[in-house]
Amino acid sequence: MALEFWQTLWLTFRLAAVTTLLLILIGIPIAYGISQSRSRFKPAMEALISMPLVLPPTVLGFYLLIAFSPSGWLGAWLEQALGLKLVFTFAGLVVGSIFYSLPFMVQPVQSGFENLPPNLAEASFTLGKSKLETLLRVQLPNIKPALLTGIVLSFAHTVGEFGVILMIGGNIPGQTRVASIAIYDEVEALNYGMANQYALVLIAFAFFILAMVYGINRQMLRAG
Amino acid sequence: MELDVHLKIEQGEFLAITGPSGSGKTTLLRLIAGLVQAEEGYIRSEGTVWLDTARKANLRPQERHVGLVFQDYALFPNMTVRQNLEYALRKGQAQNIVDELIEITELRELEKRYPARLSGGQQQRVALARALVQQPRLLLLDEPLSALDAGMRAKLQHYILRVHQAYRLTTILVSHDQREVFKLSSRIIALQHGRICRPELPPPVLLSNASGSDFHLSGEVLDIEKGSSKFIIKVLIGANMVRVETRPEDASNLQAGDTVTIRFNARQPELVR
Repeated sequence: MALEFWQTLWLTFRLAAVTTLLLILIGIPIAYGISQSRSRFKPAMEALISMPLVLPPTVLGFYLLIAFSPSGWLGAWLEQALGLKLVFTFAGLVVGSIFYSLPFMVQPVQSGFENLPPNLAEASFTLGKSKLETLLRVQLPNIKPALLTGIVLSFAHTVGEFGVILMIGGNIPGQTRVASIAIYDEVEALNYGMANQYALVLIAFAFFILAMVYGINRQMLRAG
Repeated sequence: MELDVHLKIEQGEFLAITGPSGSGKTTLLRLIAGLVQAEEGYIRSEGTVWLDTARKANLRPQERHVGLVFQDYALFPNMTVRQNLEYALRKGQAQNIVDELIEITELRELEKRYPARLSGGQQQRVALARALVQQPRLLLLDEPLSALDAGMRAKLQHYILRVHQAYRLTTILVSHDQREVFKLSSRIIALQHGRICRPELPPPVLLSNASGSDFHLSGEVLDIEKGSSKFIIKVLIGANMVRVETRPEDASNLQAGDTVTIRFNARQPELVR
């Protein structure tokens, strides 16, 4: 029992870590693109990315399940061409979590970019620096609090995910069974003690991580 | 913004652009730097075409090699003074220009500080030095001194003139401060509603000497120095600074930025060559 407990927690945090890492790579360019965009499709882009905030997770999970299912064209193609099976697998959980936590990465980072005085980038351009160099050496270092908020919230939100995972991941110990699912499962089996253990870990984690975000943001505000 | 300007600037010239706010001064500078694009226009610099809307040619700001000093300095908050300057270095450019500029703008003691810990005048010096690291031929100054007090302004005007001469720059200064413009520049244009118009003349330095025997010179107090028994007041008259000795009781109600009249006896003025 203890082994399964640790296995589940390890899987939960591993999923959150992998998702967050990929979200850094995906979310920052999206946030940068939206913040620079003057397109009339910008509101539509913003709405699309923020949809997981308001939709029931089961909606996203349901459509991902349909899309990734080997009987659908996308799922079939992924499995044949790339050997990637996304239903009831860890990889599938990662993909689902990326969609689900995307707004938590994009929104703070985007507002970080938007609150940065535009003349910092302009000064860099007149000094002959490319957009990429400006992004890496001027813009990103000056939105550290926003980046940190995005990273921590994405991680924490992925840990707390339930509906999407239940839909496309199921409940396979060591593969797709994360803490939030385990709690549900233990309660179903009337194992309240075990459910309590998982729940307490998540509560402690949530408090710790949020206190850290607020603490670091306060420090950075003072320093800045 | 409606802006309609035809302008030719000679090499080595110090051109000032004045005009009320909203007249298009800053936009004109940003057009030259390439930060905004004109609907229709043509810009050429030393034989290179920067902008030709007829041929859809538009050089990016990165390729125009101008030095631009922003009104609010735009220093990078994550870098120290020295790092701000080093960031501006071109690939493979020798470091010693950074040290040279740090000397010229007297930033040696501040080079390890971050911009947040600098005064306005110090930040301005860093912005000026940073704009010169790539040794541009053209220096653009956007209201560079508007946020500073009178004493600091006089000091920085001195730095600007110094680098303009030392690096043989062509300089364009945008400013709404009449005195500053007349002190620094060799040519002045005024903008009004996006068009060039005749600049207003500065207030005369020599006021009418109706009494016949006194000269009245009008100027601005830059700095008041306290001596042991007397005060030395630096007054900007036209483009020149004059040091005037006064008694403490006369100096007590003066402060930097005041407009004063210097009156002195001139019954038999002597003109010497």
